[in-house]
Amino acid sequence: MPVSHLLSLLIWLPILGAAAVLAFGRNPTIARWLSLAVALATFVLSIPLWTGYQPAVPGMQFLENIAWIPSLKANYALGVDGISIALIVLTAFTSTLVLLGSWGPIKNRVAQYMAAMLVLEGFLIGVFAATDALLFYVFFEAMLIPMFIIIGVWGGPRRVYATLKFFIYTFVGSIFMLIALIYLHMKTGEFSLAAFAQASLSAREQAWLFFAFLMGFAIKVPMWPVHTWLPDAHVEAPTGGSVILAAIMLKVGVYGFIRFSLPITPDASQEYAWLVIAVSLIAIIYIGYVALVQEDMKKLIAYSSVAHMGFVTLGIFIALALVRVHGNPLGARLGLQGAMVQMISHGFVSAAMFTCIGVMYDRLHTRLIKDYGGLVNVMPWFATFMVLFAMANCGLPGTSGFVGEFMVILAAFQDNPLIALAAAFTLIIGAAYTLWLIKRVIFGDVGNDKVAKMQDLDVREWIVLGAFAIAVLAIGIYPKPLTDLMEPAVLHLVQQLGLAKA
Amino acid sequence: MIEFNPNDLLVMLPELFLLGATCVILLIDLFIKPSQRDVTHWLALLALVIAGALVWRDAPGVGEGVSAFNGMFLRDGVATVLKLFVLLTTGLVFVYSRDYLRDRKLFIGEFYLLLLFATIGMMLLVSAGNLVTVYLGFELLTLSSYALVALNRDSALSSEAAIKYFVLGALASGLLLYGMSMIYGATGTLDLANIHAIADFSVGSPHRTLLAFGLVFLVVGAAFKLGAAPFHMWLPDVYQGAPTAITLFIGSASKLAAFGMTYRLLEGALGGMRADWTLMLSVLAVLSLAVGNVFAIAQSNLKRMLAYSTISHIGFLLLGFVNGTPAGFAAAMFYMICYALMATVAFGMIMLLARAGFEAEEIDDFKGLNQRNPWYAGIMAITMFSLAGVPPLFGFFAKLMVLKAVIDAGQLWLAIVAIVFAIIGLYYYLRVVKVMYFDAPLDDKPLLLPADHAFRWTLSLNGLALLALGVAWSPLLELCNRAFAVATDIAR
Repeated sequence: MPVSHLLSLLIWLPILGAAAVLAFGRNPTIARWLSLAVALATFVLSIPLWTGYQPAVPGMQFLENIAWIPSLKANYALGVDGISIALIVLTAFTSTLVLLGSWGPIKNRVAQYMAAMLVLEGFLIGVFAATDALLFYVFFEAMLIPMFIIIGVWGGPRRVYATLKFFIYTFVGSIFMLIALIYLHMKTGEFSLAAFAQASLSAREQAWLFFAFLMGFAIKVPMWPVHTWLPDAHVEAPTGGSVILAAIMLKVGVYGFIRFSLPITPDASQEYAWLVIAVSLIAIIYIGYVALVQEDMKKLIAYSSVAHMGFVTLGIFIALALVRVHGNPLGARLGLQGAMVQMISHGFVSAAMFTCIGVMYDRLHTRLIKDYGGLVNVMPWFATFMVLFAMANCGLPGTSGFVGEFMVILAAFQDNPLIALAAAFTLIIGAAYTLWLIKRVIFGDVGNDKVAKMQDLDVREWIVLGAFAIAVLAIGIYPKPLTDLMEPAVLHLVQQLGLAKA
Repeated sequence: MIEFNPNDLLVMLPELFLLGATCVILLIDLFIKPSQRDVTHWLALLALVIAGALVWRDAPGVGEGVSAFNGMFLRDGVATVLKLFVLLTTGLVFVYSRDYLRDRKLFIGEFYLLLLFATIGMMLLVSAGNLVTVYLGFELLTLSSYALVALNRDSALSSEAAIKYFVLGALASGLLLYGMSMIYGATGTLDLANIHAIADFSVGSPHRTLLAFGLVFLVVGAAFKLGAAPFHMWLPDVYQGAPTAITLFIGSASKLAAFGMTYRLLEGALGGMRADWTLMLSVLAVLSLAVGNVFAIAQSNLKRMLAYSTISHIGFLLLGFVNGTPAGFAAAMFYMICYALMATVAFGMIMLLARAGFEAEEIDDFKGLNQRNPWYAGIMAITMFSLAGVPPLFGFFAKLMVLKAVIDAGQLWLAIVAIVFAIIGLYYYLRVVKVMYFDAPLDDKPLLLPADHAFRWTLSLNGLALLALGVAWSPLLELCNRAFAVATDIAR
């Protein structure tokens, strides 16, 4: 069933819905139901995107193009390929669950919280749908505003510090990207990403542009050593904020690499791929060890996110080396495919892990591992879910975490077995910190009297965690629909990578 | 020699109308009782609206311009656009200030008359085609402003600010005049277009040194009026000391006029020395960005913080001049208009929160505003994010256009300096948002809003305009581009 202007609808429905929630949401119950309805409607509307996508047709689909600033040739141009569709569906899915999940924990200024979440959802979908660089940048930056408010108003004790750090850190990165975009506009005379990709750029120009993009996207991903905002932001953010941050906002950085760095500066990307690969390996190994020593559960998962995102960037830049140095497009396809699956999988797994921590926090109001213990005795359902997600987090076969990591390691092996060896370390470290966390929190004897009084999941929490569990298992057992969806886009990217520019 | 052509009067009809209307209002105000002062208020607004309509009606076509009184007075695209926004912002000043002035027993006819005279001065200034007209307009504006700053006679802070403003302003006028005399000495004409045509700017020219000196003095005069560092010393004190209604005026409308003056003097008359003044302005721009952004961080008084933020915005504005092409000037004008609209909301919010005997000018006075009144907290947050240049708000696109002008001019390093300071600037704007949203209010009572519905509605619209213009800023950009398009340039 084709819906015209589907992408615009997906972007603006949540934003207008947010306005409605603010206007009519004086009563928290109304705000909750209204926002859930809007989010659910957005999710339902995102499904035709998947079903209506035609893999046989190359390039972007669901195109929309309206002249925005004629004198700059900047357009309100939207379009999606398989990768964006997967991310948009992920965004709509996660946002719905986040809104449902925050029905209980968020008690003050409910309407504002729900509205901020919906606006954030709209902006995120906008980022994934924009095919115009200026429009992309606008959404890319705009999403900082609702997140800033979400962490600052509903966050933990050090929320002001964390949210300012988050905002300024990410703003610093992206504003240099703005300079790069203006420079490209001067070169090409327009703002469309397709024109940027065809611009002829000297090696020197490409290098500058590459580092400007790297700065913007590496902070967003975040890659070591510019990841330090993430643990703070995660620890202080309310559960919903953490979930969106980990599940979707981090993906925006990776998405930027795919849309900007690789097509626009392929030669520079190749030249400096060693740097990104090295940094990714450091993230995977070093940050893994850092995660091991954390006492705060949220911090632990935050660091594990950095390590997992290292896998994604590793897969992308390994693909570059494979296609350009070894002339191995099949391996490159594997690497990119793995990175994409890992990205989506991490979206579900980290979202689920943060939701689990949120569930515990709502009951005891502490995130420290030592305050828990033996939850399985009092919360069997919760323990079941938490163990499942923990297994996915350390990449157990049969869960979504395994698929992507395995593909990336396979691709890395074709480039350099040493890289593959180093990357494979994550399976050990990841298992170490996740299982140790589970051992201390879930298993063993009941930790203390407060734990003994904890209630098991209520229906609402059950639905949220159940939905995540289904997604994690579905991708783990049968990832083909997902890989098929992204296949044409990945092939196109591999082909683009093969073309030298300078 | 100088002939009088009655048709010339028609060219400056809006100014003449406003002058006549001001005199009539002066007389009416004399005879009404203080309790009927609202009559003056509405008449003044009506006069502005009619003047605006006249400006709009007579708007010249793209690239066209009319000159009157032997080139003393120009009516071209630049003048038209600037006048429209000068009238608009002055109108906003009137609408926002009524309750504020009434609460402070400053609701007097002088406020309206001085502001109207200043408006005439600004209109003259942006239309000036001759050094004498520039000076006339400039003095009419500044003399009215000095008196306005001192409007609250009983306040020591206001008087101090007015004296500082006057002494430094007089010095700047002197420098400006001195520069003009040098230009006159070198060229023998006062007409801006003639100066442009006659003056020999070549390196070997005997007048070169004289012209260069003249240029320096003109730049200093303009920089003073704009408030660019290192000629910004008066600005924080005046912003803080003046009644907020006056600060609002100085921070918005008069900056637009100062932009017009800078453009007339530097490009209109001394366009041949572009290479020299772009260099001077880029130094001023970098200094202003540095001073404005760094000092603003340390302020706890919101008006003072906004003063330093003005300095930094002026730095950004001057970057547009560095390009030295119509596109660059258009970007600068776009920026100035954007800034004026943002400044009106910011100062308007201060007046909204102020009550009799209470000035809401400390940043802490905004604590917990979101709990007390979410709507106006939202408006203020929009303004702060816009001032900081965060998309999708208007302020970002103004910055984008200026950065584009700078990069197009090949001055990549200037663009990088500008964004580094923009990042520093981000912090103090975010602090205001932080105070409003994350801190607990000092008193939990809902905000006591002023009774004036016109004020509240206009302020809300003004704030929402920053959001709306962030989406649909193309028409305004086109307006600015067309204003600077020269006749041969239209085909482009």
